[in-house]
Amino acid sequence: MVHETLAATNAVVTLDVAIPDIFWGWYVTMNMWAKSIGTGLVFMLFLLLKKNSSEMNGLRTPVMITSFIFMNIFLIFTWLDLHQMWRMWHIFFYPHWTSAITVGAWMATLFVGLEFVMIAVMIRKEKCLLTKQPTAFFDKTLFWVTLLAIPVTLYTAGIMAEATARELWQMPTESAQMILAATLSGSAAMILLGGSKLSDETKSFFGSVLGLSALMAFIIYMSEYIFGAMKAEEVAAILHYVKGDGEYATMFWIGQWVAYILPMLLVALYRVSGSNSILSLAAILAIAGLWVVKHVWLVIPQLLPLS
Amino acid sequence: MQLGFLVDLHLCMGCKGCEIACKVENEVPLSTWRLRVKYVDVGTYPETKRTFTPLRCNHCENAPCERICPVSALHYIDNGIVNIDKERCIGCAGCVMACPYGAIYIDPETQTADKCTYCAHRIASSMMPACVVACPVEANIFGDLEDPTSNISTYIQQHTDVQVRKPEKGTNPHHYYVGASQAHLNPLASRREEGYNLFNKITTLPLGGHH
Repeated sequence: MVHETLAATNAVVTLDVAIPDIFWGWYVTMNMWAKSIGTGLVFMLFLLLKKNSSEMNGLRTPVMITSFIFMNIFLIFTWLDLHQMWRMWHIFFYPHWTSAITVGAWMATLFVGLEFVMIAVMIRKEKCLLTKQPTAFFDKTLFWVTLLAIPVTLYTAGIMAEATARELWQMPTESAQMILAATLSGSAAMILLGGSKLSDETKSFFGSVLGLSALMAFIIYMSEYIFGAMKAEEVAAILHYVKGDGEYATMFWIGQWVAYILPMLLVALYRVSGSNSILSLAAILAIAGLWVVKHVWLVIPQLLPLS
Repeated sequence: MQLGFLVDLHLCMGCKGCEIACKVENEVPLSTWRLRVKYVDVGTYPETKRTFTPLRCNHCENAPCERICPVSALHYIDNGIVNIDKERCIGCAGCVMACPYGAIYIDPETQTADKCTYCAHRIASSMMPACVVACPVEANIFGDLEDPTSNISTYIQQHTDVQVRKPEKGTNPHHYYVGASQAHLNPLASRREEGYNLFNKITTLPLGGHH
């Protein structure tokens, strides 16, 4: 590693341009966080349909509306992050299909469009022109929307992987993290939205999804934390920002505790005590902590000088 | 035709003539650079020396910026240059994030991405890039890499220490250096003292705008 030659060369940059500040900041964090909740809720609604469809009553419309709202938060922050936001339409008229940004924009638009149709059908049941059986239509469409939710939640990992300057972000780990972020935040949001409409058994099921998602995501982060530095010196230099007295070390560990460790412990406690308050607390912490975790991982590779 | 650049670092004396010529030719706004010369001091006093490295877009054969651009604002032209269409750019900064060399910036005036184009507009009129013309010691060598008799091809044939920046990235840059050390090419091979620079104390550039 060239870093080890520094003691011998004592090489110091004495004149260079200023390093650009963070380009993808908290707007992009909001984008990823809101998309995780939006797609995660669709995953959980589909799981509920397959597990116990009778509990879907009274949950179809509010859950889909919540997902729709979070998907629109995601779209708004994506749009606001553009330096030329009024040219957004270029993505649809001059698409470049090697770009994960293009593919994602098209899929997310289709996804949100389908969600809108499903909500409209459920709200205007009597006057619906599409179908005489709105609930059956909703449940059938949910299958296709769930399928679409997989690439919609994954495509941001593709963008990060295409940002080849940022060695830390690799497609295999980031795609796993994106799916786990969706199942973590989706199950958490479902626990909070379901409330008394969900049976104890179903709540316990979503609690397990939450706890296992937290566990697996935590394992991946710890694997990167411990072993990441061994694969490339750039990764080692980036991870230095979250290790020891690194400038993002505190924020990194707050995120890990709030998003993963505490929810895992609280879910375990819930399974022993059966207290709904404990499960709700785990859900709130997971959703809040996910933002912090995402933000740290987004920012740290951008601190490294590229030239 | 495949245009490429080579800088002989044995010759470069860090005068920054290329940097200024580029700024003037392309009307590059304040606080942004298409081409810059980085100074790295190596050694311990009194055994010290200063190295100079001109840094610009590498016009990669496998350009990450071209791949990630959602609207093909970044595109290849027939002579191998990675060019940019500022009218089409939506300013998503994907290219800024994708370039392993930090060669792309967001123009604060147009709010679109911009970078070195090897002075594509000058080449279209059979002129050399502005930085090549300005260099007093002919350290910048520019030409067709597919023509074995071109200056750049001859230079590559005659020198054994031809290198590119970050070859491990698989970008296949068309920008070469002769006489480079790790301190020249690898950002991790030198320290950056916080808050200290030769001429100012600015180490990080705030982005402004809506960020």
